[in-house]
Amino acid sequence: MDQNARSEPDPRSPAKRLKDVEVSVPIVYGTISFWLGKKATETQSHKWTVYVRGATNADLGAVVKRVVFQLHPSFNNPVRAVESPPFELSECGWGEFEIAITLYFHADACDKPLTLFHHLKLYSEDEPGTQSIKKPVVVESYDEIVFPDPSENFFARVKNHPAILSYVSAPLGLHSGRIEEVNEAKEEETKDHPLSQWFKNFSEGDELSKLAAARQQVQGHIVKLRNQLSSMNGQLESVVIECD
Amino acid sequence: MDAKDILGIPKTTPSLPHEKKSRPPKDSQRKPDGISREVYALTGGLAPLMPSIDVNQLKKKTQAENEKITWQWLPFTSSARKDNLQLYHWVRVVNGVPPTGDYSFAKYNKSIDVIKYTDEEYEKFLEDPAWTREETDQLFDLSARFDLRFVVIADKLPYSRTVEELKNRYYSVSRAILIARAASPADVSGHPLVKEPYNLAQETERKRALSMILSQSKHQERRDAEVYAEAKKIMEARMAAKAAQDSELIPISTGGAGDAERDNVNVDDESPSNPQFLSAPPISIAETASASASLRKLRVYLRTYGFEQMVQAASSSAGLRTIKRVEQILQDLGVNMKPKVPTKTVCEEHLELRKEILTLLNLQKQFQYKEAEGSSYREGSYPETPGTPKSFQRILDQDRTFIPDSTCFGGEHIVKRDQKRKAPGRPTDASSSPANKRPRKLKNTDE
Repeated sequence: MDQNARSEPDPRSPAKRLKDVEVSVPIVYGTISFWLGKKATETQSHKWTVYVRGATNADLGAVVKRVVFQLHPSFNNPVRAVESPPFELSECGWGEFEIAITLYFHADACDKPLTLFHHLKLYSEDEPGTQSIKKPVVVESYDEIVFPDPSENFFARVKNHPAILSYVSAPLGLHSGRIEEVNEAKEEETKDHPLSQWFKNFSEGDELSKLAAARQQVQGHIVKLRNQLSSMNGQLESVVIECD
Repeated sequence: MDAKDILGIPKTTPSLPHEKKSRPPKDSQRKPDGISREVYALTGGLAPLMPSIDVNQLKKKTQAENEKITWQWLPFTSSARKDNLQLYHWVRVVNGVPPTGDYSFAKYNKSIDVIKYTDEEYEKFLEDPAWTREETDQLFDLSARFDLRFVVIADKLPYSRTVEELKNRYYSVSRAILIARAASPADVSGHPLVKEPYNLAQETERKRALSMILSQSKHQERRDAEVYAEAKKIMEARMAAKAAQDSELIPISTGGAGDAERDNVNVDDESPSNPQFLSAPPISIAETASASASLRKLRVYLRTYGFEQMVQAASSSAGLRTIKRVEQILQDLGVNMKPKVPTKTVCEEHLELRKEILTLLNLQKQFQYKEAEGSSYREGSYPETPGTPKSFQRILDQDRTFIPDSTCFGGEHIVKRDQKRKAPGRPTDASSSPANKRPRKLKNTDE
């Protein structure tokens, strides 16, 4: 780790870090599992794939160097490294368990790994008992890898990459502005992944609209309460004066 | 264990000269036989209040085979008596041999050697303007007669002196004579009378404090408790105001709440009727700042992790109950406790929402405080004032409208979920509450 850092321009040197810039990589990680139907045996009832992908299916290779999946110890070689994109792994099995997914980054980005946890799902909870060969069980989570104060080199290299969002942090509490708007090329970048038809779309719109509605309601109550408080103050004072 | 222990007073006063030094701790820590380890642990090493003797231990004490024990009514002599009075008692006789030796309780007949001073010594060392020779003589006579039971001595003396005064005179005289008679000061330096002189002022104060605590009436105790409770309430109100002020400093982004209202509240806060709501240094801002600073020190982190840290920091100044309420309100509003798509904007919006809810809760608290204040004014002096109670009630009712409102939201939330399951991705609007207009619009542009 240290040797890596020394051979390349030291990413930890504070002079080369971009203050108040944030590189953010939206990712989706999860599993897709197919029931094997008639071919299912007692120990191999499902074929599943665990993966880490860009949220818009963009290639993560510019940031992620290697992904290590840690499977249940009952598998042969339960610790498996995937050295190049797509970062995914397929296996057959019969049981659900938690998969630890460790991401290693390119040296200019970060020398520390990041670990995610995903629970492999083979049996749908929404429709229990109805397994079909054609419709897989898909469980995905959205998250963002955040590199605060990235090194200049890294930022220059990835800032126009479709998988990456960059932000300038504003002073505390205020909203930060996005440097690069969502890259238009993104949709085109989508690779023809054999499983891509099952990938979920994660859009912040729904979440944002819910939040906006909630904030509006809360703010309304705040205003109402403040008015009441101030009018009550007036009344209180008059009561006090009367008392005096 | 003494009166101070019983009354829960810390032992700061120096112990009386005749008091024994406390035993070395290891004595008290050794577990006595016959008590189970668990029970002993419960006592914390203190001597039990009830005698704890293992019954089995008593039964075990079987007499030896060849012992023949009888109890006989026999005369005895005691070295503690000087009058040769013949007394009888029942005594245990083993194999027909009565016990010999002194009466077993004679050793408890302690007598105290009260110092006797000569005329010469008195003139030389013991002159005291506060005491006459006659008084001092009387004191020492009675001290010898009543074995230093100063309460009794004070009672018997023809002149009125406090117990402390008597003790002070007695100990200072004894001390002076002791030092005067010693060959060198070093010979008596270890003597308790010399080492720890009687402190009249301290003892008087100690007694006064004790009697004060003992003579406190129930009524006084209750009043004290009320004062403490009131002080606690004021402190809490100040904390709440502080927190409210903090969240006030964070601008509400959409500007939905007009500046006029905010100014209004600020003016109110500075009004003389409620000085406890005056400004205080912002806490939660500092907390969030330090949280985001420590996040930035990380080389890499997940957005969800950062989000959790910020949520924790923002609610660090709030109590557990407040945090629970915030989460309840979030749920009622149909907002995911943890964003499903935690983008930067979503997380920031979510944090803002939490701050606003905290502000709202603080306002509610202030409101209730004011309401209580108002009602106390009313009850205190104007119980029959018409009009005011009504308007207060109205305000209170309005305050509570938040809950019904939000349950409506919660209901809608459930409906939404159900529909989603059947037809994912379709925009759904089950209710037409005005607060829902915005989301609908946004949704249409989104999907």
